[in-house]
Amino acid sequence: MSLTAINLRCIRQDRLIFTDLGFSLKAGEILWVQGRNGAGKSSLLRMIAGLLKPVSGEIQWKGASVKEDPDGYQDQFRYIGHQEALKPVLSARENLQFWADFSGSHNVSAALKEFDLEKIADSPVGIMSAGQKKRTNLARLISSPAPLWILDEPISSLDTHYIELFKKQLEKHVAAGGMALLATHQDLNLPSVHKLDLDGPRGRNNE
Amino acid sequence: MNKFTNLIIRDIRLAVRQGSAFTMTLSFFVVAVTLYPLGVGPELNILARIGPGVLWVGALLSCLLTLDRIFQADFEDGSLDQLMLGSLPIELMTLAKIIAHWLTSVVPLILITPILAVSLNMPADGIWVMMLALLVGSPVLSLIGAVGAGLTVGMRRGGVLLSLLVLPLYIPVLIFGVAAVEAAIAVLPMGPHILLLAGLSLGALVICPIAAAAALRLAVE
Repeated sequence: MSLTAINLRCIRQDRLIFTDLGFSLKAGEILWVQGRNGAGKSSLLRMIAGLLKPVSGEIQWKGASVKEDPDGYQDQFRYIGHQEALKPVLSARENLQFWADFSGSHNVSAALKEFDLEKIADSPVGIMSAGQKKRTNLARLISSPAPLWILDEPISSLDTHYIELFKKQLEKHVAAGGMALLATHQDLNLPSVHKLDLDGPRGRNNE
Repeated sequence: MNKFTNLIIRDIRLAVRQGSAFTMTLSFFVVAVTLYPLGVGPELNILARIGPGVLWVGALLSCLLTLDRIFQADFEDGSLDQLMLGSLPIELMTLAKIIAHWLTSVVPLILITPILAVSLNMPADGIWVMMLALLVGSPVLSLIGAVGAGLTVGMRRGGVLLSLLVLPLYIPVLIFGVAAVEAAIAVLPMGPHILLLAGLSLGALVICPIAAAAALRLAVE
């Protein structure tokens, strides 16, 4: 299992964001995407998730271009954007249940337990704090499991206790042979993490 | 298929829980139609003459008010990204959202039409045909509306542009919808008009989900 990006180029509204960007990620590895605001972290993650088409370059999953089997590739990753994708009038459980059904899985109660959401599972998301919403969103990683996690700012608005909890989940996922692509500003102090710095010479994989 | 129905049920549930959406559109429809008798005077034969047109235009405008809701909320909270990434093809995903929009925003208008038709002095024969024509023709409103909604989803204040895009495309439905009711009132065959409406609906059913899906692919970039 491997994810490879080759010579990706991203242009947003006539502005070059990055070019010749490449990396490769194997099972059990984490890639930490770093960069200042506007360096293209979110764009890169959206590109890997297939929401944004690269101007040039290729993304390969298990050595084959994802364009050959886009539907098969979509089942292999879970994308958590910086928006929460939760409906305020539905409860955390209902939100997770919908997304679990939508991806054809059903681990909702386990996910609520792992992210310590059981007590608030039945209150509407609209009255939750930002951190609680973030945890509900992250719980989708457990309720709808996938080998590759694409995480855009996963720990923003989490307190230190829940950052640790998230780290444990991430380490467990990686230890089980999963992979993760992570964009954060804070250093999570994860062991054996590969770094991709978008501020440096574009596209160099400074491992 | 299960994912398809799940998405419809979720959208209906959201509309029901938010509540205000239903009542706002219905109230707008009732108020807009009630303004005509106040404006043109209470002469019954004039009202009966303009009745079908007033009801159809009222339904079009009420529907227009709700179109931005089809994708806007999902776009703003990031749900649209996730819906696009699901294993349900994007065309079917848009179709599910269109069906949910029709059920929550258009069907209530059809159900309240008889009451408004009576207040416009429409004969009983006309009322039934009015409902039939709306039932057959109104899916076009949601279908074409979804294309406009998809094209304007990323824009702030896209509402006016949405109206300009969509209203001209509603004209065929309006023409045949009104013609069907007028034919029924004049005891002429109304079958051809209803069939034309059905044809418009079926044509839109094929084209619009594909067009809306293409618009959404551009919108999330």
